[in-house]
Amino acid sequence: MKEGFIMPFKSFILVCGGTGCEADGAQKLYDAFQKELEKNNATASAQVVKTGCLGYCAEGPVVKILPDNTVYTKVSIDDASEIITQHIVNGSPVTRLVYNNASTLSHLHFDEATDNNKKQFRIVLRNCGIINPEKIDEYIARDGYAALAKVLAEMTPEEVIAELKTSGLRGRGGAGFPTWLKWDLTRKEKNETKYIICNADEGDPGAYMDRSTLEGDPHSVLEAMAIAGYTIGATMGYVYIRAEYPLAIKRLEIAIAQAREYGLLGNNIFGTGFSFDIDIRLGAGAFVCGEETALIASIEGKRGMPKPRPPFPSVKGLFDKPTSINNVESFANIPVIINRGGAWFAKIGTETSKGTKVFALTGKIRNSGLIEVPMGTTLREIIYNIGGGINNGKKFKAVQTGGPSGGVITAEYLDTAIDYNNLQILGSIMGSGGMIVMDEDDCMVDITKFYLQFSVDESCGKCAPCRIGGRQLLDYMDKIASGKAEMEDIQNIRDISFAMQKASLCALGGTTPNPVISTLKYFEDEYMAHIVGKKCPSRKCKSLVSYFILPDKCIGCGVCARRCPVNAISGEKRAPHIINQQTCIKCGECFNACKFSAIEVK
Amino acid sequence: MNDSPASIRILVGMGTCGIAAGAKETFTAITTELAAHGLSSDVVTETGCIGQCQTEPTVEVKVSGMPSVIYGNVDVVTAKTIVRKHVIEKALVDDHIFDHPSPDIIG
Repeated sequence: MKEGFIMPFKSFILVCGGTGCEADGAQKLYDAFQKELEKNNATASAQVVKTGCLGYCAEGPVVKILPDNTVYTKVSIDDASEIITQHIVNGSPVTRLVYNNASTLSHLHFDEATDNNKKQFRIVLRNCGIINPEKIDEYIARDGYAALAKVLAEMTPEEVIAELKTSGLRGRGGAGFPTWLKWDLTRKEKNETKYIICNADEGDPGAYMDRSTLEGDPHSVLEAMAIAGYTIGATMGYVYIRAEYPLAIKRLEIAIAQAREYGLLGNNIFGTGFSFDIDIRLGAGAFVCGEETALIASIEGKRGMPKPRPPFPSVKGLFDKPTSINNVESFANIPVIINRGGAWFAKIGTETSKGTKVFALTGKIRNSGLIEVPMGTTLREIIYNIGGGINNGKKFKAVQTGGPSGGVITAEYLDTAIDYNNLQILGSIMGSGGMIVMDEDDCMVDITKFYLQFSVDESCGKCAPCRIGGRQLLDYMDKIASGKAEMEDIQNIRDISFAMQKASLCALGGTTPNPVISTLKYFEDEYMAHIVGKKCPSRKCKSLVSYFILPDKCIGCGVCARRCPVNAISGEKRAPHIINQQTCIKCGECFNACKFSAIEVK
Repeated sequence: MNDSPASIRILVGMGTCGIAAGAKETFTAITTELAAHGLSSDVVTETGCIGQCQTEPTVEVKVSGMPSVIYGNVDVVTAKTIVRKHVIEKALVDDHIFDHPSPDIIG
């Protein structure tokens, strides 16, 4: 079994090989370090390694030394010798090259930020990727259920509310309502029966932070729900989770069973007389059931349709009892706020938005994934530092936040500090945290059509503004995208949008117009191109795009003709070919196939 | 330097994104390769998503005496290389290392 005693390396020189650093000469740097090690007879005590992206894009070439975690940025080949002799051999870092962490968390002024030059700060995702979510002992080993124990043994419901108020936590589902207030309103209702609901419906396309939290750390939500139950006076909680999340459902079921087994859920928790249990209810594929009153109807076995508010669920909710509904991410913050205190949490973030936010960063970005950053981080830091910038060398066009209820933000506003208020001022919303990056190849009309199509599909149909208005807006977008619209249509779009915002029964209808209003505001020129010029500048809208073969470039190889799925291309061998515009379906296969750049898209 | 199971811990990201990228095959490849070197599969555990969805499957390797490292894009071949090079030969594997995304507020 043992293969002889192997002397481990004392240090490791990590040369970042991410796309940006690779382009900046990472391989040459790697070779230079290797040579210097050989020169210093140090190849047995240090290993040079090329890595994937270390996440310091825009500061490359990057070199990281382990195990002491020193990060060097803007490293040139000439620096290799100094790093080896001074740091590796003699043990003292080369200070002039050490990463200047001005753009990391430290500028947001809280204690733990200065550690390790990291750009993210994980509170919600604190255990994801670190513990096995199917082993309750691993959760317990990392402060798990300590908050529940503290609350039950040492705190009154009023004290829990006070701690939450100090923390400034706002609902992470998108509306940003103060969590302490929601719990307090529900607590104040006098009723023997009350409920806690966790909203895990997560309907926004492009949002999956709730899924990842439940798959990676389900107990954080269960513990928080029990704390919420104690605070408002409930003994039963439901997790309403969309059926399209089978793995999250499975891990939740395992977690609930294990918590019950340990007496952390069920009767007489910790022997304090407080009882709380949790059950799961599955959604059935309706976006509208993420809206709290429709969600409640769904749990009650009724059709998922919203109801007018007031009365709010805190007064009359599930089965007409006082109910507090909170989002997965809101819950996941609770145990840490109890354990570290609301004041610690409030040091993170901005004046109006405390704590961190998890974003699902996707689209035309190099490093797409889930990130958790303090509120107040700028869009530029997220997109260019953490995200690594736009891939394929394209130009940034806009970033869409808040899913189908949100709007677009242009390059002009990239230095906006992200918080609830700032995003609203720009005409978008925080939403659940979806962040979709778009580049020059994305058509704003096309994107808007996509979101409208989604909202129209998901409309429950109960109120006329949404049912009829949404459909009308979509029809107008179709008209614009196919070059059939007129200038007067813009005013109609504005009028319908206004009506939907004012008169829809719920936020689905109320926010359906947001993508239209936002893109109209910031990309009016694109709309004009479609309406007046009958052209799609990004060449996405198929009806407005034509493919032509350039006769002076085409050598008649016939590859495009063979690729064409509708036989729209004809021509003699070695003579310029021609595309039949009537037959062409604008699929773009010929354009992709041509090796002579002989196909023009106009 | 002992290779007892207590000094090795390998975490394979098994969120939906990881599984979609092939994490189950990666997990099996690791346990198979460990067994080939006489090591127990008890040291391998599944974990949730670390957020670097672009680079799934991800595997974190903790071996005493070595820095703890996150590997990304770990397909079956890379998984076996990691066991051989990192766990047995105590050297890091090229082209796959990514950084921990954030400080650990608990541990």
